[in-house]
Amino acid sequence: MKEIFKILEQNARATPELISTMADKPVSEVEKVIRQAEKDGTILKYKTIINWPKLGKEDVWALIEVRVAPQRGVGFDAIAERIYQFPEVYSAYLVSGTYDLAIMVRGKNMQEISSFVAEKLAPLEQVQSTVTHFLLKRYKENGETFHLIKEANRRLPITL
Amino acid sequence: MLNTKPTATKAWDGLISQKVATLPPSGIRKFFDLLSSVEDVISLSIGEPDFITPWHIRESATYSLEKGYTMYTSNSGMPELRQELARYLELRYGVSYHPEHEILITTSSSEGLDLALRAIINPGDEIIIPDPCYVAYPADIILAGGVPIFVPTNEENNFVIRSTDIEARITKQTKAILIGYPSNPTGAVMTKEEADAIAALAKKHDLLVISDEIYARLIYGSEHICFPSLPGMKERTILVSGFSKSHAMTGWRIGYVTAERRFIQALTKIHQYTMLCAPTMAQMAAIEALRNGEAEVERMIQEYNGRRRLMVKRLNEIGLPCFKPKGAFYAFPSIKATGMNSEEFAEALLKEERVAVVPGTAFGSCGEGFVRCCYATSIPDIEEALRRMNRFIRKSGLNTS
Repeated sequence: MKEIFKILEQNARATPELISTMADKPVSEVEKVIRQAEKDGTILKYKTIINWPKLGKEDVWALIEVRVAPQRGVGFDAIAERIYQFPEVYSAYLVSGTYDLAIMVRGKNMQEISSFVAEKLAPLEQVQSTVTHFLLKRYKENGETFHLIKEANRRLPITL
Repeated sequence: MLNTKPTATKAWDGLISQKVATLPPSGIRKFFDLLSSVEDVISLSIGEPDFITPWHIRESATYSLEKGYTMYTSNSGMPELRQELARYLELRYGVSYHPEHEILITTSSSEGLDLALRAIINPGDEIIIPDPCYVAYPADIILAGGVPIFVPTNEENNFVIRSTDIEARITKQTKAILIGYPSNPTGAVMTKEEADAIAALAKKHDLLVISDEIYARLIYGSEHICFPSLPGMKERTILVSGFSKSHAMTGWRIGYVTAERRFIQALTKIHQYTMLCAPTMAQMAAIEALRNGEAEVERMIQEYNGRRRLMVKRLNEIGLPCFKPKGAFYAFPSIKATGMNSEEFAEALLKEERVAVVPGTAFGSCGEGFVRCCYATSIPDIEEALRRMNRFIRKSGLNTS
């Protein structure tokens, strides 16, 4: 079972036939497992990692530390939801340490992100403070490095 | 193919030793040149992992350089490494070696194999090896002054050397049996029964066993039989292995030999005069590999396993029947149905479809009719290579399926 997901996690375009071969399971079983996983939310979505700067499209990203006041009964969840529902928020985490929420925000330019912080995020009642870190360079994301090392090419073409 | 009969060559002009001058170069030399002249080749002819050494291992080697670990170590290798290795072999295979007297750290299993052969061979001693086998076996035996005795293996016996076939070739000169399972080039592994039979034979005829277990960790769906762990075998087995395949460390040149003290002492004598010690940086890396490398090893094994299934299935689908390899990272399909011999097949496939495989004859005459396909390469490359091979077979009008 896990093998099927591991293969898909590496390559969302792996066909049931390929997965069936690699995991040594019947195609019908693979299809069934995937269908079920899509239904019950084990598989959330199939996405593609795009190296946008290669297309000349450079979004501006910021990592924002947010300190918030938890609320009785719902803890951090209610305020977290108020924040992560904004489409500018790309990811959001509750973290331990000197602040509470770590959020990744994406905008077309710095102005857009500044406005988001100043007009949407900071004014929220439970938000006590924010610290915005603009991303300068990305090295690795979701387990993938951005400068792909062509490992195989370093090998001699034939060895015994 | 490595021809073991001495053949006079023009290179022999009295300056080069006769032994070396008559030693044929490895059978793929001309293939290598051909390969370099063709572009956009998908190579299934590589004999090493496509993974880079795991980062934690590389990082620890870098750190060791920063800390100034740049001097010789003891001839036998760093004590910490030998201790880790003793622990590893004990835990994994239940065979215990004294870290001080029964383990020698070498610059790769290649050195280990050479040392083992040189330490035991008197001129004319016969060493029994499987055919096909890794190319260095017969060459190293000849260089050590011995005579390689080939025992044919084939699909019917799963490419595992049979004790009965060995026994038929035992003479007064027979000194040792050299085996290497999981096997390069066939991917064959030995079962417990097969190993027991060879062990019994070694005892009966008082033979040594050199067991090359460099591919021990790359085994799929069964347990590796560590030869010296068999009852009574530690005392007559020289175990040769290393980190190249298990931890993707081919370029580090780091390996080891384990055996009883009398053997290790003999091997160490040669090692101290010829190699002195294995590279310190690589030894530091090996310590880290043994201490914290297991998760990465497991990950690589899983990866190889998926690729193995893919390659074997596709080979069978396109009409190249393939014995199911259970270890290493090679498939060894039969190409007999194409009517070509191994070299013709490999050459035509490379020229017409730009896929490189190694002719089975590079590994011995019993490799005729087979080619070695390495699946330590990416899934898209395996799929594309097999598409090309399929086209090659259809195009040649060969009706194999």
